[in-house]
Amino acid sequence: MKTTNTAIASALAFGGMALLGTAALAAGADMGGATKQPTNWHAIIMFVIFVGATLGITYWAAGRTKTAADFYAAGGGITGFQNGLAIAGDYMSAASFLGISALVYGSGYDGLIFSVGWLVGWPIILFLIAERLRNLGKYTFADVCGYRLARMPIRTFAATGSLIVVIFYLIGQMVGAGQLIKLLFGMDYVYAVMIVGALMMVYVTFGGMVATTWVQIIKACLLLGGATFIAFGVMSHFGFSFEKMFVKAIEVHPKKTAIMAPGALVTNPVDAISLGMALMFGTAGLPHILMRFFTVPDAREARKSVFYATGFIGYFYILTFIIGFGAITMVATNPEYLVKGVGALDLKGGNNMAAVWLAHAIGGNLFLGFISAVAFATILAVVSGLTLAGASAISHDLYASVIMHGHATEGKEVTVSKISSIGLGVIAVLLGLIFEKQNVAFIVALTFSVAASANFPVLVLSMFWGGLTTRGAVLGGVIGLLMSVIMVVLSKAVWVQSFGFKEALFPFAYPALFSVPAAFFFSWLFSVLDNSPSAQAERAAFEAQAIRSETGLGAEGAASH
Amino acid sequence: MSSSNQPTAAHLASVDHIRNNPKFAELVRKRNAFAWTLSAAMLIIYFGFILIIAFNKAWLGTLLSEGGVTTIGFPIGVGVILSAIALTGVYVYRANGEFDDMNRQIIEESR
Repeated sequence: MKTTNTAIASALAFGGMALLGTAALAAGADMGGATKQPTNWHAIIMFVIFVGATLGITYWAAGRTKTAADFYAAGGGITGFQNGLAIAGDYMSAASFLGISALVYGSGYDGLIFSVGWLVGWPIILFLIAERLRNLGKYTFADVCGYRLARMPIRTFAATGSLIVVIFYLIGQMVGAGQLIKLLFGMDYVYAVMIVGALMMVYVTFGGMVATTWVQIIKACLLLGGATFIAFGVMSHFGFSFEKMFVKAIEVHPKKTAIMAPGALVTNPVDAISLGMALMFGTAGLPHILMRFFTVPDAREARKSVFYATGFIGYFYILTFIIGFGAITMVATNPEYLVKGVGALDLKGGNNMAAVWLAHAIGGNLFLGFISAVAFATILAVVSGLTLAGASAISHDLYASVIMHGHATEGKEVTVSKISSIGLGVIAVLLGLIFEKQNVAFIVALTFSVAASANFPVLVLSMFWGGLTTRGAVLGGVIGLLMSVIMVVLSKAVWVQSFGFKEALFPFAYPALFSVPAAFFFSWLFSVLDNSPSAQAERAAFEAQAIRSETGLGAEGAASH
Repeated sequence: MSSSNQPTAAHLASVDHIRNNPKFAELVRKRNAFAWTLSAAMLIIYFGFILIIAFNKAWLGTLLSEGGVTTIGFPIGVGVILSAIALTGVYVYRANGEFDDMNRQIIEESR
């Protein structure tokens, strides 16, 4: 089905992901084909209000950002509830909002598979990672990996893993942002990408983590509020009966009852499991997400923040599902929104517009403008979090620990971080421009796979296994990193579709099923084989680490003023 | 750079005390057992869902009631989402209550 493939590919282009990479990619219709819409003044006015408010916050935050702890971790003064909202704001991308509702619109039940996969990493983060991360680390997850292992190699490795994840994630977000803004605001792609880049540089450079946190909180509230309003509009239209909504959706949708069960999204079990692993463990290896746990004062608040975040994100995914079905019943029945008239699903501006047109059907032009502005705000919040995480990897891990051997002054470290934010902003804009016409669908698979295969295994082992040595961690992590990148490059998405070879050398779409166990196995193997004196010392240091990691004794306090 | 690199004498004494405190071993054992059990529950629920999709997706299309249209897949999918929220709630409730109380005792005894 053309519509399905377009919807899946669009979801992917936004940073969404399909269980069936191959079919999705075969369509090749990412947002590169988005048509420019007439200038949308309601949206622009509301967006200007949002930008004005966030710049005001950045100005306020800049006055409060004096130390490194302020810049990286908002002084550790964020509450669990606030951090939960900020995490949700950091994590719920335009992909999940427009991409998943478009996928539900195009193929029904399949969209739910996405939502579920994107949520289940959170409990794992809570049970195994959050409190230990908070107790052991200061500003980056590399602090935790490097707690008892040799500083230079482990920081270099962790910073590299972070930067690869951040840069790939940024490419996906920037390309999606440019296309989305072109679509929603009627603005040129080039200007759209440059505005996103400039704003994120301003937030991060001047306001650091304080401004980034509040941008994410505001965005989370706007997105949750907007999505709730749309879903409420849909449900009240059907007298709050799912059954009635489904009956109407089946009647309207060309696939009829097929939308009520999983369809074309999953073809082979290996990819299904592999993607499941990438989603679940990759979430727990995303540097911008892990960094958020250093903004709360202690392990107790860190735990609470995951509970709130899981609640908000889960609630939001249920809403996107109602929105997708709502679009089938209220948008696909109105010729005003359709290219080919009632009967085909093709929407004006592409199927990613499903949620946006539904907003129009429910709340008119004004609400359409609001939702467009929210979508833009969503992208800004996500890229700001990414930029801050990337900048911290450069300044805190590479500059302060590796280059300066831990002797950098706090002021210099923050300066390096600010310069890095600007550098990353420029790189993100350039990559956004380079990749404009490319199919960036594979990038999300790559991002989550690298996070799951390199960052996650090393982080978990360093927390739980006393036998881990520097050699084991670095070699195991590098093997996971290389395997995941190489397998994605050799898969159909890149090898065939980008490079034009005939056959894919790696037969599956996602590498995680192979690369994650490999990273664990080789970390174990090279640790066990490591009998150097430094390895002995590292093993002996585990007990002290475990005491701090379990009790929080000696953990970095709320603020280092 | 940070307190982790230059622990004070008092801090070292506390660490030593905690190491020999049987309550510490008990806390770690209990909390880890709870965390791994809940992790296993989440893994089973999620990969169970994925495996049904991979091997028997038609079953998810079973109708909930004769003459209705809602399939069993919907409550199951939404159930996975709700179970994730519920499991985090259960963990936070016990960790921030019972486990944190134990933890506070251990730290106080070490001073």
